[in-house]
Amino acid sequence: MSNSTAPALAGVCPLIISAIGQTPLLKIERFTTHLPDVSIFAKMEMFNPGGSVKDRPALQMILDAEASRELTHDRIILDSTSGNTGIAYAMIGAAMGYEVELVMPESVSVERRHVIQAYGARLVLSDPLEGSDGAILKCRDILAKNPDRYYKPDQYNNPSNPKAHELHTAPEIWEQTEGRVTHFIATLGTSGTLVGTGRRLKAFDPAVRVIAIEPPEFHGIEGLKNMDVSIVPGIYDDSVWDEKIQIETEASYEMARRLTRELGVMVGQSCGAAMAGALQVAERNPEATIVTIFPDSGEKYMSTPLWQ
Amino acid sequence: MAVTVRIPTPLRRFTNDQSDVEIDGGTVGEVVDNLEAAYAGIKEKLVDEAGDIRRFVNVYVNDEDIRFLDGAQTPVKAGDSVTIVPAIAGG
Ligand SMILES: Cc1ncc(COP(=O)(O)O)c(C=O)c1O
Repeated sequence: MSNSTAPALAGVCPLIISAIGQTPLLKIERFTTHLPDVSIFAKMEMFNPGGSVKDRPALQMILDAEASRELTHDRIILDSTSGNTGIAYAMIGAAMGYEVELVMPESVSVERRHVIQAYGARLVLSDPLEGSDGAILKCRDILAKNPDRYYKPDQYNNPSNPKAHELHTAPEIWEQTEGRVTHFIATLGTSGTLVGTGRRLKAFDPAVRVIAIEPPEFHGIEGLKNMDVSIVPGIYDDSVWDEKIQIETEASYEMARRLTRELGVMVGQSCGAAMAGALQVAERNPEATIVTIFPDSGEKYMSTPLWQ
Repeated sequence: MAVTVRIPTPLRRFTNDQSDVEIDGGTVGEVVDNLEAAYAGIKEKLVDEAGDIRRFVNVYVNDEDIRFLDGAQTPVKAGDSVTIVPAIAGG
């Protein structure tokens, strides 16, 4: 009997990539017991198969590039990344039969390197002092030398990055809250999550307030970017957010540890920043229904000062 | 007793965009104090209220992480490099 004639089984995925998205929404009541009319929900992006929110844009960029024929199987997927997008490309590349080459600063955590290499992707390390911007520039050089060899999704400038969130993340939040969301909060890295989700939620209901969480200019929150001291991504659209809140590294770590120890939700560094921002918004808006994004889990940070 | 301090991009606005600066000092802590004397405002980014190097800040003497040496008391000598490595930013 051929597989193609077998009926689809509920809950069975033909490819790992079809498990991307439809992540659970966790209600977090622990820190707002003094605010009985506030609801805070976190979208648990660690449940994506690559372990982070970046599975969504990585898949969208690759599917869109296949559709436009910019990406064909004779090309290697090349991009610069702080880690999670790289893991997503590496996983999707393995599933879809593409070679993947990633440029990351040498200071990236060893866990991330190992995960990427386990999927069979190639790593190019850039000067740790130059940070992520150094990786961006090195990646441009690699592409310029061999333009026909690679396809570069360019997550910082590719509209398919926010599009993933417009098509999926925002509608999922709208359905999961039955349209009750009043405030949407997300951290800023490439800004794809905030720009795409925020834009679509405002299209559902223009009254939704969108709040961006940024790190200080010199910080230790992996994955986040302070736009004032970084190469500003082409997809960044500051008209989407109504307010921007800065959260310190120490406050992010502390909140990530509390989520882990008091709720059993082992989260990454940027989840702590998102939660800290959500609590500030809750104090000021005691009847709000707040949704934030928890981008990844704490497991990939075991070697970092978050847990050390 | 100058060491070379290697400054990451997000902090170069304090050092007039210089990536390498020559600073005197016998320990990492003294180097940070002298860095502040030369480039006011930078110390607060690196050191907390108690005077300790912030836990998330990665400082290396030559290739060694000072967390595994003596922290701010780690001795340095002329010609050493002190490198401040930033977190991995977005994407
Ligand atoms: C852990 C983590 N948090 C937050 C973000 C920011 O997401 P975005 O790039 O959609 O702004 C990233 C991006 O890589 C990330 O890795």
